[in-house]
Amino acid sequence: MLPNECKGIWTIGEVRNGEINPVSYELLAWGRKLADKLEIELSSIILGNGIKEELTELFHFGADVVYAVDHAKLEHFLPDVHARIYEALVKEYKPEIIIASATTYGRTVMPILAAKLGTGLTADCTELDVDVRERILLQTRPAIGGNVMATIKTPAHRPQMSTVRPRAKKPLTIDNSRNGKIILKSYPPEFYKSKYRWISFEKDESVASPIQESDVIVAGGKGMKDGGNFKMLYDLAKKLNGAVGASRAAVDMGWIPYSHQVGLSGKTLSPRFYMAVGISGAVQHIAGMSSSEVVVAINKDPDAAIFKVSDFGIVGDALEILPVLIKKLSNEVNENG
Amino acid sequence: MKIAVLVKEVPATDKVKMDEKTGTMIRSEMESELNPLDMYAIEEAVRVKEKIGNTHVIAISMGPPQAINSIREAIPMGCDYGYLMSDKYFAGADTLATAYTLSAAIRKLGKFDLIFSGERATDGETGQVGPSVATQLGMPVVTYVSKVEKISDGIVRVCRSVEGGKETVEVELPALLSVVKEINEPRIPNLSGKIASKSKEIPLLTAKDIKVSSDKVGLSGSPTRVVKVFYPKLSRDGKILKVKNVESAVNELIKFMKERGVI
Repeated sequence: MLPNECKGIWTIGEVRNGEINPVSYELLAWGRKLADKLEIELSSIILGNGIKEELTELFHFGADVVYAVDHAKLEHFLPDVHARIYEALVKEYKPEIIIASATTYGRTVMPILAAKLGTGLTADCTELDVDVRERILLQTRPAIGGNVMATIKTPAHRPQMSTVRPRAKKPLTIDNSRNGKIILKSYPPEFYKSKYRWISFEKDESVASPIQESDVIVAGGKGMKDGGNFKMLYDLAKKLNGAVGASRAAVDMGWIPYSHQVGLSGKTLSPRFYMAVGISGAVQHIAGMSSSEVVVAINKDPDAAIFKVSDFGIVGDALEILPVLIKKLSNEVNENG
Repeated sequence: MKIAVLVKEVPATDKVKMDEKTGTMIRSEMESELNPLDMYAIEEAVRVKEKIGNTHVIAISMGPPQAINSIREAIPMGCDYGYLMSDKYFAGADTLATAYTLSAAIRKLGKFDLIFSGERATDGETGQVGPSVATQLGMPVVTYVSKVEKISDGIVRVCRSVEGGKETVEVELPALLSVVKEINEPRIPNLSGKIASKSKEIPLLTAKDIKVSSDKVGLSGSPTRVVKVFYPKLSRDGKILKVKNVESAVNELIKFMKERGVI
């Protein structure tokens, strides 16, 4: 599609277990800023089963329009069905920008959609802006482990597509007075034919929330000395409403599963608070957490690289410091009622 | 069965040079290696081959001529053949143009039942090429695969590692599976395999060979453009305390966390 025939910003909402996932609201915060600059509508696209009740929430978080498809076959993520519906919506309504979250959902459905549409897609952006005069989206993303930042544009193809890093932006303050237009779409049965069959989902009970989507991460490394000591990190994470991360060394020792690994060969994160405990800070680890808002490190070695990327550091033995920290935090919580 | 594995050569070191003008990476000056996350894709393909027999695994890559070395790393892990798409027209490709080129190569090389890719490459870190290749070939893709449970009757059942747990899905073959690191433990190739790989013929295929027009590949086939490249300042000059007394250090930490609104 050509630039002059496309208008509006779309955000790809996510539904998990029948509920609109908060990343959908984060996306509206990203989109609102751009839509206001370009003076165009901001829409949220939602595919799911039994989602109609919740749709007005999207207006409260910044959407002007909600395009929704509600169908029993949308209960689970069948990539071909989702991509087919998005493609039909895009071809009918012609948005100029589409933003999705860089979750496993966004990072799967967006490249499929971009390939179907033959347009550009920029992954895992940490910043989006627009050139208002040219009406071009400026997409900034880290590459090569955060050593390099690149700003990327899609000059001649539409829509311009990006995935943005979860948690890199907070949702807007909720405004219950905002309202908008809901466009409910339905598609014929052949749209729901799939080469996939969903079988089951097994919840990982060890995590309250996945590390990619936590505001607070407490991560442990070699300095934790053994897997049993990770219990302290779980306790601490619980007190801070966070999740537990780990360095590659800790994962390789078998102290914690790979799904917790932060770094170049693990997850790349931008939480609001990151605490590195007994992690020396190999470049590969720093690549996965350097864009966190606030970083605290605890390490025995005063020369550990992790201190260079920290806002606050304690040179000392993590195993002595953690119990005291947990205890004092418990007192804090008690005092605050 | 015929299985393809998509592999990429990436810079081996953590320091990478970038041409600030064009925004493309300068690769010639530095050491390169096979993308570490591709090893899991190769290993899984070879495990499937060992399990069901009568199967060939073919490593396919796109890159400058020296990227042949990453295919030479893949062969001793159990790949039967390797092909490198290399042509000056392929240079500067974004993920769409790269996937276009790889999908044309796959079509040229025959009918594949399964294609494996790594989750992402450690340089570009997009994870987009696998899903895009599958789509351009008109086949389904399963991402974040952490286990291949079974392959039978033209269907593969896999586990996906997603936010908060594991999802099990089945998909019709042919399909592309992009795998995560937890799926297996890649084998270390033995010395004789490495030596044999050095003399193995790895054909280089050009745009002409795979019948693609030069305007759909490389920079001219890429919808995206790099506007600018910059080096972020990673250091934060934070306050670093040496512990003399654990209690008071922890008090300082809690004070800091309060100031920053963490608690």
